[in-house]
Amino acid sequence: MINTLYKLTAPLTIETFYENIDCNSENLIVRPEMLSICKADIRYYFGMRNAEVLNERLPMALIHEACGRVVYDMTGKFSVGEKVVLLPNIPGKNLKYQENYRQDSLFRSSKADGFMQELVCIPQLQLVRYENMDYEIAAFTESVSVAVHAVETYLKKTDERNDGGKRKIGIWGSGAMGYIVSCILKYYLPLSEITVIGRSKAKLDMFSFVNYVYSENELPSDMEFDDCFECVGGASSGIVINHIINHILPEGVLMLLGVSEEPVSINTRMVLEKGLILLGRSRSGRDDFIKAVDILDSHENIRMRMKNLISEVVKINEVNDMHRAFNESKIADYKVILNWKI
Amino acid sequence: MVIAGIVAGGTGIRMGQNIRPKQFIELMGKPIIIHTIEKFMVCPDIDYIIVGTHPDWLNLMNDLSGKYFRDTKKICITPGGMNRNETIKNIAVAAREKYSAEDDTILVTHDAVRPFLSLRIIQENVQAAREYGVCDTVIEATDTIVRSENQNFITDIPVRKEMYQGQTPQSFKIKLFEEVYAGMTEEELNIVTDACKLFYLRNYKVRLVKGDVANFKITYPFDLKMAQLMVGDLAND
Repeated sequence: MINTLYKLTAPLTIETFYENIDCNSENLIVRPEMLSICKADIRYYFGMRNAEVLNERLPMALIHEACGRVVYDMTGKFSVGEKVVLLPNIPGKNLKYQENYRQDSLFRSSKADGFMQELVCIPQLQLVRYENMDYEIAAFTESVSVAVHAVETYLKKTDERNDGGKRKIGIWGSGAMGYIVSCILKYYLPLSEITVIGRSKAKLDMFSFVNYVYSENELPSDMEFDDCFECVGGASSGIVINHIINHILPEGVLMLLGVSEEPVSINTRMVLEKGLILLGRSRSGRDDFIKAVDILDSHENIRMRMKNLISEVVKINEVNDMHRAFNESKIADYKVILNWKI
Repeated sequence: MVIAGIVAGGTGIRMGQNIRPKQFIELMGKPIIIHTIEKFMVCPDIDYIIVGTHPDWLNLMNDLSGKYFRDTKKICITPGGMNRNETIKNIAVAAREKYSAEDDTILVTHDAVRPFLSLRIIQENVQAAREYGVCDTVIEATDTIVRSENQNFITDIPVRKEMYQGQTPQSFKIKLFEEVYAGMTEEELNIVTDACKLFYLRNYKVRLVKGDVANFKITYPFDLKMAQLMVGDLAND
């Protein structure tokens, strides 16, 4: 059939494209229901990526966070109407590395078309069923799965400490990722003492479930953490990472989750002096999605916390609504969700 | 129950080629009618699909159905009639006989040669037919409509914002269609080429559903060229 894709052709410009989908293939056909705009999408939409990247990757359908319903399946693995989360990673064949970090893997809304499509033709391994979540929350399961991926990696790295999980952890960033990581970290390590450091007082007030919150400039200079998570990214990445290096204890693990457009300058002298481990994690795999869905489906309190991250739900009936949603997302505190009716 | 009725009774005269009707011309390596049927196949609201095909092309249509669909239980092919409304009547008969359609079964009738149909339009048709009994898919007229009774001089220029262009699907409860169709005189049936006009003539309130400019009908060679351009397929040139 003829499927409609809504691709970014140039900054601020979305055009319709048509592609063929075969019903006879081994892939499933999913109707997207809710899509969630991520910062990476905002950077593409407003032309904040460099010209070379835009030239190479556009036209491209944006958005890599979505949930939907199965509308057609010839494999018999899913039923029509089942609710699913769509995975953005198209795994490469180099089995030496995890699927999410293979050089030949493709990531939607980066090197492959994202989910701004009328229908998505997708292999069954790129879908995970969910049951209890609201659609709006299921839409950004990917963000939760990235937090699960980062926290589990961190736990594996530090599992020889035998401290019963009683650790002092600093999380830099009061945005959506800082919030989700804090939430997931508290779930995995309930005995940990979590401090969140951010710029916005209003956003910090949302972190009612952590132990302490500090504005960036009010963090006491003698405050120390066993390990830290950087969830800021962007132009201030370098400043934040160096701030963390000042506050982290020797042999601590510094998890890097924020995406920076430009290379950043890091105080490597102190990294060496303290013997720190810097570990980057930003993309999740299928197992992380399964765990994220399980956590969300089975914990109402976590679902309720995630609901706080929804700044706005925009109904999409036509292309103009997409522009409205991206404009909203630029000023929104947290997540803008697209209720995909087009 | 909701049944899609694909109207494919034409012979392709206007397309300017006499080899095969326009619905069998390929777009991206697949007949246009298959693209159209597939959209209904993946629509969760649709239970069955009945294709009303010109009697001369029944075998071809059957072969294509077998080739492109592994599960053909949902599809039934029936001979079309002498005109559009007779084809729809035949589809209604097939719906009763083959799928035991009940009086409130909704028939979503659609041109085989409108393959750019969206799921949204189908779903809004089903919703409107359930609520109002009968609906028509339209888009706002962008060109000024000029009316001429003698084909030489203007009789009227209607207010544009009140003008719409009709598309398909046209959807209705099967029983309503059967009643309206049975009540038509032979003369009326010969003149009226549109199913919603039958309802309009019998004073039914026909609900409008918002169509899409992309949901155009591939009638003339120009339309085919446009469709090929839209999908980036100029291989047939």
